[in-house]
Amino acid sequence: MSIPYRIVSAGDSALIVEFEERIDPVVNARTIACADAIRAAAIDGVRDVVPTYRSVAVYFDPLHTDSEALAACLEREAARPAPGVAAARPAIRIPVCYGGEFGPDLPAVAVFGGLAEHEVVQLHAAATYRVFMLGFVPGFAYLGMVDPRISMPRRATPRVRVPAGSVGIAGIQTGVYPAETPGGWQLIGRTPVKPFDPMATEPFLMMAGDAVEFYPIDRAEYDLWI
Amino acid sequence: MCVIKPGLLTTIQDTGRWGYQPYGVPVAGPMDPVSHRVANALVGNARDAALLEITLLGPELEFEDERLVAVAGADFDLSLDGRTAPSNAPFTVAAGSHLRFGARGLGARAYLAVSGGIAVPPTLGSRSTHLVSGMGGLGGRALLAGDRLPLGDPSMRQGAALAPQEALAALPDGRATIRVLSGPQADRFTADALEMLQSAPYTVAGNSDRMGFRLEGLPLAYAPGAEIISDATPLGVLQVPASGQPILLMADRQTAGGYPKIATVIAADIAIAGQLAPSDAITFRVCDAREAMKALIVQERALMALEDRRS
Repeated sequence: MSIPYRIVSAGDSALIVEFEERIDPVVNARTIACADAIRAAAIDGVRDVVPTYRSVAVYFDPLHTDSEALAACLEREAARPAPGVAAARPAIRIPVCYGGEFGPDLPAVAVFGGLAEHEVVQLHAAATYRVFMLGFVPGFAYLGMVDPRISMPRRATPRVRVPAGSVGIAGIQTGVYPAETPGGWQLIGRTPVKPFDPMATEPFLMMAGDAVEFYPIDRAEYDLWI
Repeated sequence: MCVIKPGLLTTIQDTGRWGYQPYGVPVAGPMDPVSHRVANALVGNARDAALLEITLLGPELEFEDERLVAVAGADFDLSLDGRTAPSNAPFTVAAGSHLRFGARGLGARAYLAVSGGIAVPPTLGSRSTHLVSGMGGLGGRALLAGDRLPLGDPSMRQGAALAPQEALAALPDGRATIRVLSGPQADRFTADALEMLQSAPYTVAGNSDRMGFRLEGLPLAYAPGAEIISDATPLGVLQVPASGQPILLMADRQTAGGYPKIATVIAADIAIAGQLAPSDAITFRVCDAREAMKALIVQERALMALEDRRS
């Protein structure tokens, strides 16, 4: 099955392939496969190929790009049938110390779902999530889909400072803050693992299309990681 | 090179951190890419050499060895050991020389290139400073008094003698006309929104920075059902939050955003946009792809002519 699409320009230095406007693993898998294929085509002048939930932005230098060849490549790749949604590599497992000072919004999420706190943790750690895209800050992965029972909307007033490693929920999305930033997600725990380490051989823990699972650890184990 | 006084906001910038936007890493790079390129050409550096972007209030710098130096972009009074130094032309500094940035005329950002370039270690392939994520440059931050900047080996090539007027970025005199192309999401706005955008100037608000310029002017209204799922945010795009007041996304923009985008500044006009400061006025004009390309070719020809003058 191929997914409807359109190609639009954003100024004179970017073309965008847009697929159906919904947050959906099938649409997202198509998006990521399309981005990978465009990148693999290695067209001269292309600077960056950026997949998001359901669109691919292709940034290029208009003075050094054969724009017809680029447009033809985008048409060709966008029209291909949708691939499977399975991740290309095994699920990335992320330890989380839930609740307490690390998860100040865990009680609120429990109230939201009419659940006990440990049931929120169970639900959050039971799912296998998809990395739909990265954005916001380096290494921040937007993960879905969160169980509807704990899909609490983001806070009305964002926090000025969310500590690095905080694990949050915002509606159907969950994610890990790679650095201390402002943020409005409901914080339910913290991981000792770094989603982004510029000095590491592999600076990024996750990439779009990956599968991610969380598992609970206690504070003593958290401290061992640190 | 040592920083005696840092100025208001002085950062190290090369041509940006391309290739990592899929991981959420912003591009950064110069706000005015034309002046960045002119300054590097004048001292014989490669196009993508790292230099200093200087904002509104300039620094005082001390040199540790003899170098060729050039300043392009915003018009500052420059003094080298008490004597006037030129803009848009290379000059030699001796070991121990002090270069001071004085009063500013037109433009908001000057670019100081030193032969050999600034040789801080690159992060993810670039030396550009991204302030919000604390990446690149020197410790991911603006320069501070007492910083010492490592320099690369000076090129054997000479710089151009003087940048001709046609190679220089135009400097706004409190106002600028900026050309945009419609899209990528002009269809998410009411039919008259592009007319509204062009009908009166927008003012750059005080809380504008390297990420983007918050604009104040006629509000732009969404068509029904305009909400979008977060998608990529190109340089120069005009994203419009629910308030209707557009935000012009600049060098340090995030890689993605969730607001509809009505129009995008053409590549040739990014440089003049990058010279704007709070309270300056922008008149937007929608043009077509042909005009955008023509303007870019004219700009490129002048820059290449300047670069070709190097021996």
